[in-house]
Amino acid sequence: MKFYDVADLAIRNLRESVFRNSLTTMGISVGVASLVAMLSLGIGLQQLASRRLQKSGLFDTVVATSRRDLRNFREPREDGPPPAESPSLDEPARKKIEQIPGVVEAYPDIRFVTEVRFDGKAHLTMVAGVPFSAKNNNDAFDGMQGNFFSSDASPEVILQKSFAEELLVITPKPGTDNTSIAELAKPLLGRELTMRYAERTSSPSSSLGQSDRAAYSVVSRQKALKIVGLTDLDPDSMRGTARARIFLPLKLAQDLHVMQSNLRDTSASDSPSYTSLSVRVKNPNQVPAVEDAIKKMGFSAFSIVDATRSMRQFFAVLDGFLAIFGSLALAVASIGIVNTLVMAILERRREIGIMKALGASDADVRGLFFAEAGAMGLVGGAVGVTLGWAIGRLINFGTNIYLERQHFPPAQIWSVPLWLVLSAITFSIVVSLLSGLYPASRAARLDPVQALRYE
Amino acid sequence: MEIPGPNSLAVRTENVCRHYQMGEALVRAVDGISINIRAGEFVALLGASGSGKSSLLNLIAGLDRPTSGAVIVHGNDLAALSREQLAKYRLRSVGMVFQSFNLIPSMSLLENVELPMRFAEVDRRERSALARQSLERVGLSGRLSHRPMELSGGEQQRASLARALINRPKLLLADEPTGNLDSRTGTEIMELIHSFNQSLGMSVLMVTHEQALAERYAGRMVHLADGRLVADVSNDDVSNDDVSKKSSAPPPRGETK
Repeated sequence: MKFYDVADLAIRNLRESVFRNSLTTMGISVGVASLVAMLSLGIGLQQLASRRLQKSGLFDTVVATSRRDLRNFREPREDGPPPAESPSLDEPARKKIEQIPGVVEAYPDIRFVTEVRFDGKAHLTMVAGVPFSAKNNNDAFDGMQGNFFSSDASPEVILQKSFAEELLVITPKPGTDNTSIAELAKPLLGRELTMRYAERTSSPSSSLGQSDRAAYSVVSRQKALKIVGLTDLDPDSMRGTARARIFLPLKLAQDLHVMQSNLRDTSASDSPSYTSLSVRVKNPNQVPAVEDAIKKMGFSAFSIVDATRSMRQFFAVLDGFLAIFGSLALAVASIGIVNTLVMAILERRREIGIMKALGASDADVRGLFFAEAGAMGLVGGAVGVTLGWAIGRLINFGTNIYLERQHFPPAQIWSVPLWLVLSAITFSIVVSLLSGLYPASRAARLDPVQALRYE
Repeated sequence: MEIPGPNSLAVRTENVCRHYQMGEALVRAVDGISINIRAGEFVALLGASGSGKSSLLNLIAGLDRPTSGAVIVHGNDLAALSREQLAKYRLRSVGMVFQSFNLIPSMSLLENVELPMRFAEVDRRERSALARQSLERVGLSGRLSHRPMELSGGEQQRASLARALINRPKLLLADEPTGNLDSRTGTEIMELIHSFNQSLGMSVLMVTHEQALAERYAGRMVHLADGRLVADVSNDDVSNDDVSKKSSAPPPRGETK
């Protein structure tokens, strides 16, 4: 039989027992829906985590460091010059790194502990320079109160929520996190705080003489800074114990020439030399190539792309579990298909006998039952995907209501990509066809004489 | 399959047997029957219930396989054909008409008649035209879209006949085609079968209980009893109702009319 005829007869047969076949198809739909809903949440959560990590710089940042390690911690490495001969990670080197294809920017890591005075009280905290590009690249600044820095060198600061609480002397109750960021922002935005810091200046009158570039003096300074923003999330979350709670524009932070352990030779202001640079790459795929290029220049380079492998592994396992639980319902539905088709064989026994007497081959009869199973799979799959999409959306909606009540920004924890739609429908058809295997071959092997006698 | 000449053999059975094991007992439904049917011949198979008429018809139709012996139709030994080849044989070479019409209730008459052409992969337009022609030939042109349940028994049997002839078979096998019909309608059906036998030149093998119909329309009557051939009588030789007079075999038992 031609494909059209098989499909036509199959649809006609399905219509004949429309109620029973609808129930079976509904069973498949529920199975596919649970699969799609589970996977859409798994994928959504993975995307949410990836987005967060990507914006945190885990995926697209390479850290370049000079091999001139003061502590001489590292073993001499074979893939580059020995530490003493390696080039200096200075401003020309930074510019050269920025020329590497795929590199968006390379900026020094400025981070120091200092004293901040607010309302006459002193607070000791970590301060970090933030590149102007972080406005769009770090999602901690997405839902912040107030504004991002007006320019790369403006005397402004953004505070992290916990530091704001410290300034206002608010102690959150243990186990709760209910202080609204908006409430914190009201008394702080627009106000000034004073940062006291140690500036490192060149010291021409050093007793060690002009040739010694390491000679410097430390001068105590203070700078008034305007509070322009307040972040709920931590823009510095990946820094561990070195996390900053006050953020300055990077250019301003550089110009302060703050005495810090990881910035050397700032006294030679024309060409400061850094111990490390953060190199932001356009696409995470380009990270290994950029890493190699930096190593070829004689610096050490590392990225944390590998650290995400375990995260991806976790989500693969999670998706696997979700898929297994989702598939259980589909497995139950497939038993429904077998049952429906076996019933159909019993009911249509005589019809099968007639068809065989008229010249239908085993393949024709088998094809017919296969097509019926496949059609149920196709319709069940399509309805199931729609249902699963709706369930996922509903869960997302509910979760966001909950997040809003908990004063969290809304999040998309659900995603139904096209590949999920297509593979869910394909999976549904394949499972249905497999379920139709036994009934179809049973129908094909019916003895026509026996079948014709059946009343 | 070879095309039979006017005097060639359409069907030849050689000592064909069909035995069933029913628990401990062996049922000999067909027990060593040898008959020849010439191309274009109209043969009636007569006998009591359980005499093996339908079993023999099923063997010749390729719906069943013999336990022993051979069934040769148009030169092909059916026992040697695979399941697939047997299906093709049923599709191309045989048309079947049943006592209970066996139309598919969910299909209209037109669709029922088209069904064998779907298996033969005939183009949709062509098969629709052929099915209309075929139904017209049996006087059902006004009933194309009716479902079988909406028709009388006679009309259903005519539709069944139209379906049997749609692939232009060389052999028409009819299993008590008038069994469910009143005598007037039965005669109408027999007239149709007879006219197709005459005009299309196809061989007809008809199982029937009704001796009168067989005598009137068939050229030859084969009597079976207990799975064996008991009389093979040419209708030209039959005078009055006395079958045994012209037959070398004993008279058939059972309900021959």
